[in-house]
Formats: sequence, structure tokens, C-alpha cells
Amino acid sequence: MNKQQQYVLSTVEERGIRFIRLWFTDILGSLKSFAIMPAELEIALTEGMQFDGSSIDGFSRDRESDMLAMPDPTTFQILPWRSGGDVARMFCDIVRPDGTPFEGDPRSVLRHNLERAHEMGYTFYVGPEVEYFYFRDASAQPEVLDHGGYFDLTPLDVAQEYRRETIMALERLSIPVESAHHEVSPSQHELDLRHTDALNMADNLVTTRLAVKEVAMEHGIYATFMPKPLEGHDGSGMHLHLSLFQDDDNGFFSADEENGLSPLAYKFMAGLLRHAPEITAITNQWVNSYKRLVAGYDAPVYASWGRNDQSAVVRVPIPKRGKSSSTRLEYRSPDPACNPYLAFSVILAAGLAGIENNYELPTGDAAPQHLPTTLADALDAMERSSLVKDALGDHVFEWFLRNKRREWDRYQQHVSSFELENYLPVL
Amino acid sequence: MLLPIYPPDPSAALLDALIAAGFQPVPVSNIDDVIERAPEPGWAPAVVEVRRDLGSAVAFAGKISDEANLPVLLVIDRTLTAEMAAESAIGDFILSPIDRTELRVRLQRLGAGPPEVEASEILNFRDLELNLATYQATIGGFPSDLTYMEYELLRFFVENPGRVWSREQLLAKVWGYDYFGGSRTVDVHVRRLRAKLGEERSSWISTVRSVGYRFG
Repeated sequence: MNKQQQYVLSTVEERGIRFIRLWFTDILGSLKSFAIMPAELEIALTEGMQFDGSSIDGFSRDRESDMLAMPDPTTFQILPWRSGGDVARMFCDIVRPDGTPFEGDPRSVLRHNLERAHEMGYTFYVGPEVEYFYFRDASAQPEVLDHGGYFDLTPLDVAQEYRRETIMALERLSIPVESAHHEVSPSQHELDLRHTDALNMADNLVTTRLAVKEVAMEHGIYATFMPKPLEGHDGSGMHLHLSLFQDDDNGFFSADEENGLSPLAYKFMAGLLRHAPEITAITNQWVNSYKRLVAGYDAPVYASWGRNDQSAVVRVPIPKRGKSSSTRLEYRSPDPACNPYLAFSVILAAGLAGIENNYELPTGDAAPQHLPTTLADALDAMERSSLVKDALGDHVFEWFLRNKRREWDRYQQHVSSFELENYLPVL
Repeated sequence: MLLPIYPPDPSAALLDALIAAGFQPVPVSNIDDVIERAPEPGWAPAVVEVRRDLGSAVAFAGKISDEANLPVLLVIDRTLTAEMAAESAIGDFILSPIDRTELRVRLQRLGAGPPEVEASEILNFRDLELNLATYQATIGGFPSDLTYMEYELLRFFVENPGRVWSREQLLAKVWGYDYFGGSRTVDVHVRRLRAKLGEERSSWISTVRSVGYRFG
């Protein structure tokens, strides 16, 4: 029993915690949880808790449905929104009964990719801008709470109280929020999380999605991270601010270069641009994701870069003066309904490929690649990608393609209101 | 109780066992460390772990017992048991892998009283209280939800107020030598601690530009 484990045991006892929720996600990023009693905690920490993985999406495989959830004591947190404060959570790594990491566990996939970066001497930092909507409920006809716009303040922004409560809950969960505001679309909001290392941030994002929904539920409304819930309005994206640190230095910063970007940053960016179409299925994993990735709604459509180009997938933000640590690349295609563990894995793999192979940025006269415009296109691009296959491992790669092909087939069979409204009267 | 340990990078198993037995090991790299850094109530017996070179470990143990006047517990591999017959400078020895109860008892017999939860295990700074025995922090009388590393960082600050620490120093002293992650980690944790201390108290941790942080 190490000190961190002792800390968890002691805190559970001292604070009267009655349930400890063990968290992990399935391959699509849905949060899964099972609760244990304090009496089980010591065993859970040292030996792991056994569970039947066969009903978890992407976990089932012949003859190996028994899994062990190994709690990560560094992620122990008392949940701020349960009444009485007697519930805590820990994220888990999923291993087989013999202790080997289960390759269908997204957290272990990300760990694996981060280790690769560590071997090259880099720590991967991510700072996300999380967009979402509040609606009256989860019905198929979403009803907005307000008609406010970007940065609007009261009385149009009726939801600022919910945002405030959400921020306080997140701060108590050790998730610092840099800023929050009303976004462009009616009833749309944004939380900017302070950057941290990628594994921590993936945990934080899964937690944030839950916190936003919990606070909304306490107020009798509904929060959604659906990428494009309202036709004719901007959808919800999750721009990611990326940097690679080498020890204490921001590897993306160079005082000598134009834009303040180092050669390393340019190679990383070249990797992102070259591989953007292949990784889009992971960063934008739903049929609906591609309703957001269209021109005219502040969403990227090209694998290009710029300072202020709305259609470009990479933006180079202007760093704060004299702050080398704030030099970064902003990757703009992901949406908040992705699985952050897998999204960070493929984004990092794309950037590292640029560094390892000394990619050059595409020259000005070449037309940039178009991002996939449908889930089917994105899956085709992913299926051809050895980069994505290596980053995710065979198990996740194959399961994801199978699952998503089925989703696309179901969508293909759907007769939409667009067709009925436009074709039925005239054909 | 503070206890000097040599070499300054002891095995994790030994550190864990000492902490579990209620001691706070302080890594020392030479005899001056042992003498100059002696805490007010005095050290617990010193612990010297033998790695490859028995001779140098025994020599250092002799210095501790002569110059710092401290009893020494030597941690040795079983194969060295016979050598111990001739080592008069060694107060006692224990075989690794370590049995924790044995470790505790041997250190007690060497002169340390059993570590107990005493007033010395409560640290205060204004309305902040840290209970070192239970790892709990209260702010203004209310329990605070800290992660383990947030707690450790806060404890370090409260134990060492008024001094400027660089990020590298904080990493080494709070996270330990084996931590991989870079000093951005320190910034991330300071930011979280400030949020949890609350607005009125967040200024307890001040940023000293291009140097590091100071508490109090």
C-alpha cells in the first residue's frame, strides 16, 4: 500500500464516504461506473475489482469477459453534486485477470500513446474549449432557454447561474476553468478548461460532461454535447489547444521564428494537416458530427492552417506577449461528443508522425485536402490509415469501424424530414 | 518523527515502510546534512540502506554514530548477514525485503518512542489546519476536498512558509525524484490549490515572477 492509496483510505474513513464509484469509459467514450463500499476499498486499490465486461460496448470478446478495474488513486475525488457529499470516484485502468492491460480500454490506449511521446522526450498538453447547449428537455424538438448570442449578458443569458454552479463544481473536482461565456448560438455555452497533461485532461473532460449534465438536471433542464442540435446555427465544437513540452520548455515556442513557432511546431502541424482526414472519424465520431463540419458555421472544412481562417482545421493563436508557455496550436475539428482518450491518441500520433518524418507544410499553391463530409467518408479514410491503426491498436480500430459502419447503415435507411418535405409534394 | 535516511535515493519499498511506520524520512547525502538539518526535538534513529557497497555504507553509518551521536539501523541483503558480526558501529540491522512490523520495533528499540498522533502532527496556518496523521485539511473549520498531490504540496508550503521555491525545487521535494511530467505540473497544482483555498486565501501562494512560488 503506497502513500496515495493510504491517502484514499484515510480520506474515505475521515470524511464518511459511503460509496466509491469506479469509473471508466467504453470505446465510444460513454462513462461507465460501478460502486463499491468502503470495506472493499483496500482490496480494490491493491488487487482491483472484478466485473463482467461482456455487456460493455467494445469490451466483449469470446472467452474473456472477466475484467479487472484497477482504480487510479491519483484521481480520487469526492463528488460535489451528490447530496450529503458521501460519494467519491476514481478512474480505473482496465486489465485482464492476469494483470495485462486490456487493449479495448481507451485510457490504456492513451497511456500507450503518451508513453511513446515520453520516449521522444515530450509531454503532451491539451486545453479544450467545450461547447454545449442547454435545452428544456431531451425531446426530439429541442427548445432553447434563451436567444442570446456571443458574450451576451443578462437578461438574455438566463443560464449564467447554471454555468457558475458548474464552474464551482469543476473547481472542487480539481478541474480549473479559465473562462466561460455564452456562445454564438441561442442557449449555447462554452467552458474553457485550463490546459493540463493529456491523460488528466481526458479524465477531466469525461468528468466535465457529467458535471454539466448533473448541474443542469438539478435545475430541471437538459444539457447536451450533441455536435449539431440546431439546424441553421453553429454547432458545438471542442477546439483543442495543443502543446508539447520538453522538460520545462514549450517545444512549440521559438523567439527567432516568424509567428513565434518553432520548427518542431511546424512539423507537428504538418503531421496534423496530412493526417487530419484519417483521424476525423475518431475526433468526430457520430453521423451528426458532420452536420457541424460544413462551411459558414465557424467550423473547419479544410486540412489547412491560418491565423483567422474559419474554414481551416488548425489555427495558430497569437500567444500572450512574452509568454512562451502560451504558444500553441489550436486543432478545431473535434467535437465534445468524441471519446477524448482516443481523440488525443490519434491527434498526438498525427503530430508525432510529422516530427519523426520531418513533414513539410503543404506549399501555398497546392489545394488543401478537404475534411471528410460524412461519417462514411471518414470511416473510409480511417480504414486506410496505418497511423490510426497503430495509435489505437487492432482491437479498438476494428471494433470502432464495425460499430460505426452499422451506425452509418442505419442512417442510410432513414427517410428524413428533408426528403419528405422536399420530394413528397413534387415527385 | 523525522528520520535521516541514506543514500538520498532509497528504495521505494523502504520509504513506504518507514512512512507506514509513522516516520518522515529525510534524505541525506553527507554527514553535514545530518548535523545541520537536525530538527528541534532531534532525529529518530538513522537508517542506512546498503546497495552494492557494504564498506562505504558502514563507514557512513560509523560517522553518523560518532559525529551525530545517532543510533543507526542498517538495511541489508540476507547474503550480508555474516558480515554484521564484526560491525560494532551498527546499532542494529534488518534484512530486506522488509517486514514492516519488524522495522517499527527495531527503530523503537534503538531509541525512538513509538510515533503517536500528537499536537506536532497538526499543522496550522491562520485558519488552515492540516492533520498529518489522517491527511485531512480543513479551511475555516470546513473539510477541504484535496487530491493527494494537492495535499502534499499544501503541506510542504505550510511547513516551509515565507521562502521562495522554484518549480524544480517543488517538483523534487513534493513529487519526488522519479516524477516524469515537467514543472508545468507545479503550475497546474498551484492553480488548483488556489481555487480550493478560496478567493480570500488564494493570495497565500504568491507567484514570484520567473522564480517560482512563495507561501505565507
